[in-house]
Amino acid sequence: MISEIPEVFSEIWVFLTASKVLYLLLTLVAFMFAVWLNRRAGGTPWLHPVLVAIALIIGFLLLTSTAYADYFEGAQFIHFLLGPAIVALAVPLYDHRERIKKEFLPLMLACVAGIITAVGSTAVLVKLLGGEEATLMSLLPKSVTSPIAMGIAEQTGGFPALAAGIVLITGAIGCVLGPPIFRLLKIQDHAAQGFALGLAAHGFGTAQSFTLSNLAGAFAGLAMGVTGLLSAFLIPLFVQFL
Amino acid sequence: MLLQGFAVLLGFQLLGEILVLVTGILVPGPVLGMAFLLLFLLLRQQVPEPTRQTSEGLLRYLPLLFVPAGVGLINHGLLLKQDFGVIAITLIVSTALTLAVTVLVLQGLKKYLGASNDQ
Repeated sequence: MISEIPEVFSEIWVFLTASKVLYLLLTLVAFMFAVWLNRRAGGTPWLHPVLVAIALIIGFLLLTSTAYADYFEGAQFIHFLLGPAIVALAVPLYDHRERIKKEFLPLMLACVAGIITAVGSTAVLVKLLGGEEATLMSLLPKSVTSPIAMGIAEQTGGFPALAAGIVLITGAIGCVLGPPIFRLLKIQDHAAQGFALGLAAHGFGTAQSFTLSNLAGAFAGLAMGVTGLLSAFLIPLFVQFL
Repeated sequence: MLLQGFAVLLGFQLLGEILVLVTGILVPGPVLGMAFLLLFLLLRQQVPEPTRQTSEGLLRYLPLLFVPAGVGLINHGLLLKQDFGVIAITLIVSTALTLAVTVLVLQGLKKYLGASNDQ
């Protein structure tokens, strides 16, 4: 492909692909375009900005046969901000501390019910559909934020890398399915919506909740944290009974 | 202002990561960092303005921060292809069930417990 283009351009191309700035810029531009597209489409969850941006970038990498590791060299500067952003969740949690304190028991019980549903339905479905044991172990922690999910998969005999991929896809599915399900069940409370999104779709769901409101984001962050902590204990325990 | 807030967030993240290293628990460092910052705020009874500004700025862009990790799906294509049907059906059905059960249990319990509290 490159040989048909004049030499100056291929030289520029070689320089660009070695430069970290290209992939940093690509990530920003793809995301800005995806946000713009989503607004034009009336904010439909089917054109979720994160998913559209990911699809665009994957398309670009495949077309230019660029390795993910090369892309990540540049994009890591954005990825790095995830750490402080997770710490920052303490601020909305603090802001809504009164409501969380008041609803603490229902929240914790709903969290346990959600985890049991996520893990139980996954086990039943994989067995019914005839999936393999290692696939099941990689699927079980699908609603758990990826660093914890990879640890759980490793402990129970799944593939950590597959588990990380599954966690990402689950997050995306949760963001798409959330709004229509809440509409169907007539749930208007932002706190309840955020809590369910954070539980089922971890960080993706939390990010989506913050675009809804600060209240939704706080409850999503809470659900993501508690689900991660509880699952780390509950899933290895559950596996012993399979 | 912004820098001060960023330093606070990174400080708590580092604290969390050191604790993970020392204790070897299965929790990501930033999650522990969040717990410590929350504890700090509860003790202080207010959010310092720089911490609030930086936090709210970062959280507004939270969706963008997931994009680089999400592009990592490009490497899982082969693994996913093996059991594609099973994985796809399981993820969609189970995620829908999880969302529905969580909101319904939460709403139901709030009504039930709220009603008994009022009496």
